[in-house]
Formats: sequence, C-alpha cells, structure tokens
Amino acid sequence: MSAGAPSGFAVELRDVRKSFGKTEIIRGASLQVKAGERVAIIGPNGAGKSTLFNLISGRFHASSGEVLVHGKSIDGLHPYEINRMGLARSFQVSNLFVRLSVFENVRCAVLWSMGYRYAFWKFLADLKDANDRTDEVLKMIRLDKRRDVLAMNLTYAEQRALEIGITIAGGAGVILLDEPTAGMSRSETTRFVQLIREVTQGKTLLTVEHDMGVVFGLADRIAVLVYGEVIAFDTPENVRANPKVQEAYLGSVLAEQQAAGAHG
Amino acid sequence: MAPSVYRFKPWNVGRGIVWGLFALVLLVAPLLFTSNLSLTMLSQMGIAIVVCLSYNMLLGQGGMLSFGHAVYSGLATFIAMHVLNKVGVTGIPVSLIPLIAGIGGMGFAVVLGFVTTKKAGTPFAMITLGIGELVFAMSLMVPEFFGGEGGVSGNRVVGKPFLGITFGPQEQVYYLLAIYTFVCTAAMFAFTRTPLGRMLNAVRDNPERVEFIGYSTQRVRYLAFIISGFFAGVAGGMAAINFEIATAEVVGAVRSGGYLLFTFLGGATFFFGPIIGGVLMVIASVLLSEFTKAWLLYLGLIFLFMVMYAPGGIASLIMMNLRVAAFGKLRRLWTSYLALGGTALVVLAAAAAMIEMVYHLQLDNTLGSTVNFMGTTLNPAGLDAWFGSAFVLLTGLGLFEFVRRQFAHEWGEVQGEIEKEIKRRETL
Repeated sequence: MSAGAPSGFAVELRDVRKSFGKTEIIRGASLQVKAGERVAIIGPNGAGKSTLFNLISGRFHASSGEVLVHGKSIDGLHPYEINRMGLARSFQVSNLFVRLSVFENVRCAVLWSMGYRYAFWKFLADLKDANDRTDEVLKMIRLDKRRDVLAMNLTYAEQRALEIGITIAGGAGVILLDEPTAGMSRSETTRFVQLIREVTQGKTLLTVEHDMGVVFGLADRIAVLVYGEVIAFDTPENVRANPKVQEAYLGSVLAEQQAAGAHG
Repeated sequence: MAPSVYRFKPWNVGRGIVWGLFALVLLVAPLLFTSNLSLTMLSQMGIAIVVCLSYNMLLGQGGMLSFGHAVYSGLATFIAMHVLNKVGVTGIPVSLIPLIAGIGGMGFAVVLGFVTTKKAGTPFAMITLGIGELVFAMSLMVPEFFGGEGGVSGNRVVGKPFLGITFGPQEQVYYLLAIYTFVCTAAMFAFTRTPLGRMLNAVRDNPERVEFIGYSTQRVRYLAFIISGFFAGVAGGMAAINFEIATAEVVGAVRSGGYLLFTFLGGATFFFGPIIGGVLMVIASVLLSEFTKAWLLYLGLIFLFMVMYAPGGIASLIMMNLRVAAFGKLRRLWTSYLALGGTALVVLAAAAAMIEMVYHLQLDNTLGSTVNFMGTTLNPAGLDAWFGSAFVLLTGLGLFEFVRRQFAHEWGEVQGEIEKEIKRRETL
C-alpha cells in the first residue's frame, strides 16, 4: 500500500509512531476501522490508548506514519479541520463549557455542522434547524429537563452524558469516546452503555475502555494496545482466546475482575 | 458569592421595556441635569459606555484581558480629527464622523489584532501591552498623524447646518452622542445573541473543546477583536467630536488601564455591567478629582476591594440582590445592609481623614497648616487628629468585620433557602 492511497476505511493508522522527547509512546501502531464498526481499544495503563486518540483527533501530531480519516490524511491538520471531516471525540475528564447552559453547550457543537460558521448577522433564536437539532440531542442524552442548568451545576453522570451529547451533536460519522463510563457506578454504567449504543447508531465508534463488561457488550472488534503496538485486532471471542493477549494483558485483568465478582 | 454560579434573567419578558427606559433616560437626562458641567459629563458618559462595552466584548465575553484597548479608540480619535479638519473640502457630514472612526478602529484591529489574537491568555495580555507601548511611542515619531506634543485639534462647527444643527451647542453634541450610544449598545447586545457571540463565550470557557467542535479559536478571537475594535473606534470618533482634540494620551496605557478598571468595576460578567462602569468612569474622573487630589488612591482602594469581595462587579451585586428580592427574602437582609453601610462609612471617613492629612503634609503645606475635612478642621501637624482618626478607623474596622461575618452567615442561609426552593420548583 503506497502512502496516501485512498482506503475504504473510516479510520486507518499506518505504522504510526509518536515520541515525547526520547520516550516513544506509540511504536508503529496500525489499525483499520471499517465504516459503521464499533471498535474498543483496550490495554494496560500507559499503553498509549489516550495518546492514540489524541493522534487521531489532531490534538497531537504523529512523529511518523500516517493517520487517515475517511481515506484522507490528517497530517498537519488542526483538530477543528479534522472535526469538519466528520470526526468528533469526547474526553476522559469532562471538557464542557462550564458557564454556559446545557442547551448552549450542545448548540455550540451543532452550529458548525449546520453551516452557521462565524455568523454575527443572524440571531441564534432564529436558527430553527440548529435549535431543533439541539433539542433532539438533549432528548437522546436525557438532559432535556435540565436544558437551562449551567454545565458546572450538573451531577457527574449528567456531565458525562453532556460530554457525549457535545460529541455527537455535530452529526460526525466517526465518534471517538475516551473512557465514557470512567468513574460511574455499575448501574449507571449499564444505562450509559445503552445510551452510547443508541446515540452512535449507524456510526463508526472507537472507544477506549477499562471496563471489560462494557468492552465485550459494545464492541464488534477489539484492538489490544500494549506498549504502543496493536498486538491483536479481532472479534471479542477471538481476542479473549488469543494467547498473546492473555499473556500480555487480558489474563490478569479478567482474573481480577472475576475475582472481584464484578463480571464473568 | 461567585457571580458565575447562577444565571438569572428577570427581564426576558420586559426586554422591550428595558430598552425603552434606556432610550428615555438618554433622552431626558439633559432636561433633568441642565448645568453645563452635567451636560459635558453626560456626553462623556455616552462615550465611556460605548468604549467600556466594546472592551467587555473582549474581557467578559471572550476572556481576553487586553491592556491596550485605548489603541483602537485613540487611533480612531486621531482619524476622526483629521477627517473633521477636512470636512470643509470633502463635505462629509460631521454626524457621520464616529462611523468613519469606527471603520478606522476596525482597520487597525484587522492589522494589529491579527498578531494579538494568535495567542490567548497571558501571552495575549502581554502582546496587547506591547502594542500599546509601541503605538504610544509612535505618537512622538509620527507627528504628521499624531500632531506632535500639541496633538491634533479642530473645530466641529464646520459642516453645513442640517435643520439648524451646527453642533456648536453642547446640547446638540450630546444628542448626537446619545444616538450613537443607543445604537452601539443595541448592536453590541445583539452581537451576544449571534452564533459568533456565543462561540466567543465558548472560547472563553473552554478553548480546547471549541477546537474539537469545528471552530478555530484563533478565528473566533480575531473576528471578535475586529468587531470590538469597530465599536472602540466609534467611541473614539465620538470623543473627537466632543473634545475637538486628540493628544497622545488617548492611545496611552493609562487610558487602557482605565477601561479595564471601570469595566471590571461595573461588572464584566453581565452585558450591562460596563454601562455602569462607563458612568462611574466619568463621575470618578470629573467629580471625584474635583473633591480630592487623592482620587486615584481611592479608586485603587475601591478596585482592590471589588476584586477581593465582589469579582463580578457592581452588576453582579445588583443581580444577586435582585434574585434574593425575587424570592421575597430581601427584607431579611435590610438591617444587615444598614449596619454594613454604616460601619463602612465610619471606616471610610476615618481612612479618608488620614489619607487627606498625608496628602496635605506632602503636597499642600503651603496652603496652610490645617485640612478642611467634611465640615471639621484637622491639624495634621498635631497628634490629636491622627490619634482620633486612627481610633475611629480601628473601631470602625472591628465593627465592620463583626457585621460582615453576621451578614455572610445570613447571606449563606438565604442562598441555601433559595437553592432549596429552586429544587422544589423543579420537581413540581
């Protein structure tokens, strides 16, 4: 495959490397995510999962290799340019507009995709399509009753839901969720996974997740990242059975979670 | 007391009434205050309101702390003066000069803002400071534009009179400025309701996230900076017509600092805060400076207290109390307010007595040995006056602190009850 050749994948990583100073965090990761697929990225702490997300969303630039979104290289692009290509991401720590209301948070995320850009000659109140879309998203994330509350006054679970809402509001085809259920209780997590399933219907989903219950419940395929390399990328069953994965990561995690009685 | 924790909009319904009242105030103010001084002050207030509102577009709405806003209003004042001096040749109506100045201010914002808004936060503040100094230094290097040390002066009574309006009498000037004040205020308010206006708030709150929802933070800042520069320019043009002179100090750091200080005092978190700030700016610089030589010191003290105890400015104090009133709990706080005000006045009087005595010793000794202070005569050379005012000051401070703690407790209780009430209403 020659560099820059178009691919039929929603997201493709070609031998991506990323170093911070002398430390190489991502050491030649390759991944091909088909459109409409749900992929979970798992791996031990420090494997580079969040770094990988930052590379795909343009927060960092790869030291070498290539990241393609919808077949186009994102090399040197700003995050907002990648977003306009139809890729949106959420953050591990809620990253909201804290002094704006829930409604305003989501509407800000809708505006660009509706073509309003930097308009200062139109009133927000008159943008019926943007306001309708915002209400629709608020219903999807079940915050429609909290629309006028400031983001800083939401509960933790509500903030996580708003985080997802901002991510999907622009209608991006590729959604990256960075530990969406981090810090949630078991029952909240179950409900939240259902919500994620709903709002990412028909979209390409990449998610970083620690909870194996969520991973096996949500993902079509699982990518295992260990020390900056993708050591396996397969269906949940095959990944579970993969001896390399067992050895490097999954064995210990599954044993732990089984021992804790959290999951079978 | 953090002002940003709540949002309270008592006039969603009566917005029309509020704007009508604003227009009415602008209209009748010169009929109520008829003296020459008050007419001059009212004219200056219009200018200050526009410039403070334009500054708050950066500070309050965009989170951009500029130390060089006077660059845009000031350069526009010079442009306006040059245009005014050529009215005889070009035939441009004097009444349109603020608009031309606005375009000039915008032009400078397009050029200088491109560099400035590349960065946010502290680097942004530093660059504005640098550009402010740069432009101020230029004022001596380019006398063709800045008029050297004497500045550029002119005469506003040059155009053909239209319906008998010559802009000779201050009253005519006032009404011209009032129209500009009203239109600019309305336009800047409208801006806060547009996509760009809202994204500017988003950039203030969380620039990083903005980049991930399709917007370039740099572009948002740049566009807002240009629009802010336009309104600053209009204010500069208004000033040119009002004062008929432009000197280097109109682009200076002191002027920029004044905009920052009074916008903050008025309240940067609410749209109408800078309007209060603008009015205060004129009152302070015209009236307070008449009363005492130490007025800048008092101003500094007020600013200090405001930053520490009410960072949302006067506007947030008003809004917080309106909220308490809306829940019918303001009556409980009346006594505390009286006590707070009373003790604060005692402290202020004692502190002022000492400040005035210091100033007298340092500067005015030639004018006699005593200070006339609020109807009494103090002798700064003797111990009695110092001892007395120190005693009053300390007692006042003690009482004030006591009352303040009581009040803080009560205030907390009232806020708690209001929160509960809101929760209760939500569940209904």
